[in-house]
Amino acid sequence: MESASETVATRTSPARPRRRFNPDRLIAIAMIIPSIVAIAVFVYGFIGWTGFISLTKWADLLPDYRWNGLENYRRLFMDDERFQQSLLNNALFTVFFIGACLGLGLLLAVVLDRKLRAEGLFRTIFLFPMAVSFIVTGVVWRWILNPGTANQAQGVNLLFDQMGLGFLKWDWFLDNQWGILAVVLAAVWQMAGYTMAMFLAGLRAIPDDLREAARVDGATEGQVLWHITLPLLKPIVVSTVIILGHISLKIFDLTSAMKVGGAAKPGDVPGFYMYETTFRGNYFARGAAIAIIMLVFVATLIIPYLISTFRAEAEA
Amino acid sequence: MSTIKWKTPVSYLFLTLMALFFLMPIYLLLVTSMKSVAEVSRGDIWGLPDRINFDSWRVALVGSRAAGVTALWPNFLNSIYLAVPATIISAMLGSMNGYVLAKWKFRGANVLFPLIMFGMFIPYQSVLVPLVQLLQKMQFGPLKLYGTIPGLILVHVVYGIPITTLIFRNYYAAIPDEMVEAAKIDGAGFFRIYSSILFPLSVPGFVVVMIWQFTSVWNEFLFALVLNGNPKVQPITVALNNLAGSFQVDWSVQMAGALMAAIPTLLVYILLGRFFMRGLLAGSLKG
Amino acid sequence: MSYSKRWHKVLALLTILLVLAACGSEAATTAPATSAPATGGDATAAPATASGKLEVFSWWTTGGEAAGLAALTDIFKTTDPNVEFVNSAVAGGAGSDAKAVLKTRMLGGDPPDLFQVHMGHELIDTWVVPGQMEPLDDLYTSEGWDKSFPQGVLDIVSHDGHYWSVPANIHRANVLWYNKKVFTDNGLTAPATFAEFFTVAEALQAKGITPLALGDSGSWAAGHLFETVLLGTLGAEAYEGLWTGTTPWTDPKVTEALENFKKMLTFVNTDHGALSWDQANDLVIQGKAGMTIMGDWVDADNLAKKFTDSGAVASPGTAGIYDALSDTFGIPKGAKNPDAARAFLKLVGSQQGQDAFNPVKGSIPARIDAGQGNYTEYLKSAMAEWKTATIVPSVVHGAAAKEGWATAYIDAVAGFVANQDVAKTQSQFQQACVDAGICK
Repeated sequence: MESASETVATRTSPARPRRRFNPDRLIAIAMIIPSIVAIAVFVYGFIGWTGFISLTKWADLLPDYRWNGLENYRRLFMDDERFQQSLLNNALFTVFFIGACLGLGLLLAVVLDRKLRAEGLFRTIFLFPMAVSFIVTGVVWRWILNPGTANQAQGVNLLFDQMGLGFLKWDWFLDNQWGILAVVLAAVWQMAGYTMAMFLAGLRAIPDDLREAARVDGATEGQVLWHITLPLLKPIVVSTVIILGHISLKIFDLTSAMKVGGAAKPGDVPGFYMYETTFRGNYFARGAAIAIIMLVFVATLIIPYLISTFRAEAEA
Repeated sequence: MSTIKWKTPVSYLFLTLMALFFLMPIYLLLVTSMKSVAEVSRGDIWGLPDRINFDSWRVALVGSRAAGVTALWPNFLNSIYLAVPATIISAMLGSMNGYVLAKWKFRGANVLFPLIMFGMFIPYQSVLVPLVQLLQKMQFGPLKLYGTIPGLILVHVVYGIPITTLIFRNYYAAIPDEMVEAAKIDGAGFFRIYSSILFPLSVPGFVVVMIWQFTSVWNEFLFALVLNGNPKVQPITVALNNLAGSFQVDWSVQMAGALMAAIPTLLVYILLGRFFMRGLLAGSLKG
Repeated sequence: MSYSKRWHKVLALLTILLVLAACGSEAATTAPATSAPATGGDATAAPATASGKLEVFSWWTTGGEAAGLAALTDIFKTTDPNVEFVNSAVAGGAGSDAKAVLKTRMLGGDPPDLFQVHMGHELIDTWVVPGQMEPLDDLYTSEGWDKSFPQGVLDIVSHDGHYWSVPANIHRANVLWYNKKVFTDNGLTAPATFAEFFTVAEALQAKGITPLALGDSGSWAAGHLFETVLLGTLGAEAYEGLWTGTTPWTDPKVTEALENFKKMLTFVNTDHGALSWDQANDLVIQGKAGMTIMGDWVDADNLAKKFTDSGAVASPGTAGIYDALSDTFGIPKGAKNPDAARAFLKLVGSQQGQDAFNPVKGSIPARIDAGQGNYTEYLKSAMAEWKTATIVPSVVHGAAAKEGWATAYIDAVAGFVANQDVAKTQSQFQQACVDAGICK
């Protein structure tokens, strides 16, 4: 962990009084201005413009900037069943995805932390899915979870059949109620290694003597984990939830590649609906409204985190 | 003591089972891509191929008019033309920004930095339509930015600013300010300090940032889908998704395509895994 | 550190140069690819010069569709050998993925030279009204097309007194395909009405055969099936009225159609959500299912899969009605090579082109005088029927309603497949019609 460096980074606020005009300071600012302008335009300007579009009547190929007030939002929340369902799907996805990643990641990290032989090998295996794209993950898992037909099972269902575990067969991403869990499975495969890495780094940062002392006092391993290790891992949990949370709130690639998006499909999420309604249905204003709603969700997660992080830095 | 004795084998058993779970998709990917179409459609999916067969790899690489598959190789090259320059430019820009923010603190930087960071988290859906509209209007002589690889490079560089700046700022913050101050007293200017003190120490930082950027640009989908819809300029993620979207394409070809799309980033991961880890941890702000 | 100062400066400079070089070469390799071929010299950046590259956008990537396009390009290579044909096809879902890609490209000012578009509202409302298309009146005059296409087709590809696209074919959406062997083995005859359909379906189900194969992994296929049910329940005139505002969506007949559809859904394969239309047809070919209701591109699929035991009748209640759609090609504003595009359109609209394309694609020619060649028995009968049948526009395939409305309709049908809520779906249909500005 590099928390030590963080504190060095922002130790100063308005520094000592400048004695004389310093051209280098100007150069420094000039060097960073292009980036600031780019972010101002491409992030804040564009968000503002999307926000404006969401208040218009643009519902054809060409822009129609007539004012429509909050009608697009009202429609989405009051009348648009597909949107509401996609929010629900996304919420389910987020809860199960984060829960499973945290649980599995912690379990893997705790076991690996026992300093077993071949730790490096296992770590490499658990982490490699991070390196591939959600599109590859989606294509492969659609093949694995393809349920096949009643007569001819495929993918993992076939494996269950061959292993005599036929009762485990399931419709996976075709299940209207819980199909989203099949998408969660693929996402967890990709991201659980990340939480493992975070937890492992966190565990390694906890001084051994702390836990050793507790063990000497007669605490069981479970008690040590629960009362000492986990509380110390809390900042890691927060960071991880934020990172996984913002990935899951804007998930699009995975559902696209698994072909589980679309009206009344279990994997329909706002990110996918936004794309479809904008570029297939030509409902640009409605698509913009969905995008802004997604942004608000992500912002409520991220802004408090950013504020607390940088406030802590500034105080340090 | 006795608890330790049974715990170790159980740990190994658990880890091995999990490893099987994590490797299973790769196994399936490999064996499927090496099977003949007949073998896959016969339904024998999980076994090893009867006979190793690279037909599907060939079809995925160079395409096949009979199978209705367009070649993925040009898209693979597009991804390289895209990811390599985008990565290098991002790293240079991030290094400069990190240097300024870490060593030339100015009034307002404490507010500015979180504002830049926010750009890392936004759902890109919220900038998509304005992005299309703006890129369409930006044209420099014969160089168009919409539907071209340079345009997509620009987009990745811009939206890569937050993460690259963050990693470099944290990296440079670890270099003592005293070194910079001493150089200033020696009369070194802005660029001299960068080139003689910061940059020489930055190699690991560059590696971390470049791995991170390369992986994210290579794997990105949404921008590429919306900005580079023309098959000629599609990166491989979009082309692969297209291939998979056409149901009549054989699974073995899809798997071969997926393998092609995964190989470069997997190579990076295998060769430079340690730096990959650091990038991951840095990406979570508190690092 | 001082000894290495200079060296590092050089290194930094080199790196920057490297980056610039990388970008430079990047621009150099991509720019010509989008504007002109290498053979044209450097003066070819201007869009109007005949550079000899023709980019055609379609969603024909596999099977009979790709083969049909290839048949056209093969001829084109002999008639216009100097034009390099660039196939920019995008796969997936009856063109729904492709249409999204095309839209972003058009918005971004990167149009292809020619693109595939369904005739009807998809052409007119999405592209012509916003002024995105080039008029083709000169071609219609010089090629005499205003006499060689039927009046109904001419009406539908024109707007404001101009022609905007060239139809390559006519498809029929309302066809029930059945496995003849399965039917004779079980002593069944092809159903003509919904009552007969349900009788046949129950008989098949009793034998353990899936009565109706459906593959709606792309939601449009469910919309397609329901479109034929609407047509069969309401009849041609009332069905057409749904899209023009003369039949209200609140009509009890629409309720009846939804009830029919709901009952049909009890006879479909359970894994319909995992299959595409051609995989559903596979079930019929293998005899695992008795019937499927799909457009006549199934004929090309059967041909490709060498399945000869297929029977075709109009879907229940639609005898004598042709639920039509047509793939047409038009030139977008800003096309880089309109001359080559016009040359290709001449081929598409010619008798030779239509008779080369259609037998392979599994559709009938749009021209009155075409129809000679290797057409299957089914297509020959379809051509005969096309001349006498009542023609109505397909909604799922772009003819009847503008894209936004068609999308909303498909969403509502997909929702119905999941929730089977008749009242709710009917109100969604009504809402979609209001949104489209047709209903009040």
